[in-house]
Amino acid sequence: MINSTIAKLALQALLGRRRFYLLLAFPVLLIGLVGLVTALTDGDAAWEIVPGLGYTLVLPLVAILASSSVLGPEVDDGSIVYLLSKPVSRYGIAISKWLVALGATLVAGSLPIFVAALITGDSARAVALLVGAAVAGTTYSALFLAISAVTRHAVIASLMFVLIWESLLGNLFTGIAWLSISQWGVRIAHALSDELPDPANLPWAIGASAVVTVVGVWFAGDRLRSFSLRGED
Amino acid sequence: MSNLVLDSASRWFGNVVAVNDVSLTIGPGVTGLLGPNGAGKTTLMAMMAGFLAPSAGHVTLDGQPVWRNTEIYRQIGLVPERELSFGYLTGRQFVRANADLHRLPDAAEATERVLATVDMVEPASRRLDTYSKGMRQRVKIAAALVHQPSVLLLDEPFNGVDPRQRMVLMDLLRRLGDEGRTVLFSSHILEEVERLARHIEVVVSGRHAASGDFGAIRRLMTDRPVRYAIQSSDNRALGAALMARESVRAVSLRGDHLDVQVGDLGSFAVELPGLARQHDVTLFELSPSDESLESVFAYLVAR
Repeated sequence: MINSTIAKLALQALLGRRRFYLLLAFPVLLIGLVGLVTALTDGDAAWEIVPGLGYTLVLPLVAILASSSVLGPEVDDGSIVYLLSKPVSRYGIAISKWLVALGATLVAGSLPIFVAALITGDSARAVALLVGAAVAGTTYSALFLAISAVTRHAVIASLMFVLIWESLLGNLFTGIAWLSISQWGVRIAHALSDELPDPANLPWAIGASAVVTVVGVWFAGDRLRSFSLRGED
Repeated sequence: MSNLVLDSASRWFGNVVAVNDVSLTIGPGVTGLLGPNGAGKTTLMAMMAGFLAPSAGHVTLDGQPVWRNTEIYRQIGLVPERELSFGYLTGRQFVRANADLHRLPDAAEATERVLATVDMVEPASRRLDTYSKGMRQRVKIAAALVHQPSVLLLDEPFNGVDPRQRMVLMDLLRRLGDEGRTVLFSSHILEEVERLARHIEVVVSGRHAASGDFGAIRRLMTDRPVRYAIQSSDNRALGAALMARESVRAVSLRGDHLDVQVGDLGSFAVELPGLARQHDVTLFELSPSDESLESVFAYLVAR
């Protein structure tokens, strides 16, 4: 199913755009901030930043940038027809592009979170958070890829999901934890380290993450199967 | 040898009907799809290329439906009007990526062969964003041809291409047609279509207005009634004389000029100078008042 040519082109699209520097800036700032706070304060103030800012904000933002870069611009300007006018499985295209986005999310999102957590000490909770961030990064990248396949306003729609649904409403209503990618990841991390909160039920968190990932990538492939070319508007 | 068949195909977007009940068969050789801008050529092309579902009717290639049929692209090569946005690739890398996507066993060789076909071997190591319009067009054609498809669809391939490059492209398409491939290109310029296509399909306002070889289409277009505006030293005398002629259908006085509707263009053109001399009228100005392509198309639709 994986198409190396598509993956290569997606990687070039990701690395070749200016957005890439933005993608790198987030983890650098996170690690810098955590390092600074660790050096300047006593206690666990620096650790609070990692799940509070790194995990809930940097990780989804990195996933949005990565997922929208591998698919969004090509769908927007229609140049994806050059890839689609080939006897190549649409699901293969979606999977290949998703893997590139996933790789970028893990490298520029989950891994820096792990590094930042290590800076604050305790490696057990850092490993737990890495697992949570890897699961959430996987789920996020699939969801945002699906969003990129349906709307030209994918970045805004994805941001609204993260900022309004998960952050704002998620803080007001605890029930949203059941429908929050970020909270699913936290729940899985909690199974490894008690220092992380326990917002939902573990099998649900694992199952829901898996379902959103699979359905998200499948849906992106299905939208590509039905990709319609419009004239210059 | 492939036949692309549209069977009562229609496509609408909300309330707007872009393509209205079009039935046609595109066979081997070069066919031109002619129509003014906004006639539905791109929509028609998109349906033929499997990038748009017909709202009603069917689009098939050798009996196979085109929509949501990925395998069809083994036989179809598509040259979209849309610009390449892979500016960071070289021409060779871009064509090679297309060959790889087709999983050609000899991708490298096929890439070089097709680059030679479009005469782009020398600039192929430069990045796409350094190319001229004509070069980009040729690379797009190379990418569409790399798997040797039996059907080649080109949307407005000559748009913005300079005249010399246009000749090169036309020769290339003619050659592909002679090889027995089904080549369809769209254009809004009659002369362009006439020079290249053996067979012409005309679409106007989403409808299939005419079909035939270029001679038949040309005749349809030149035999239509034409209007002329004439200014002369004595419009009324000239008008009276013209009305007596077989070739003239109607004459009216409009301010300082004469509005003449002509049925038979050939004999009108021959008769007019003699007629003017005979009645001692000096012609100041003679201009066709509706030579625009839109009026030609409007006539074909109303026919």
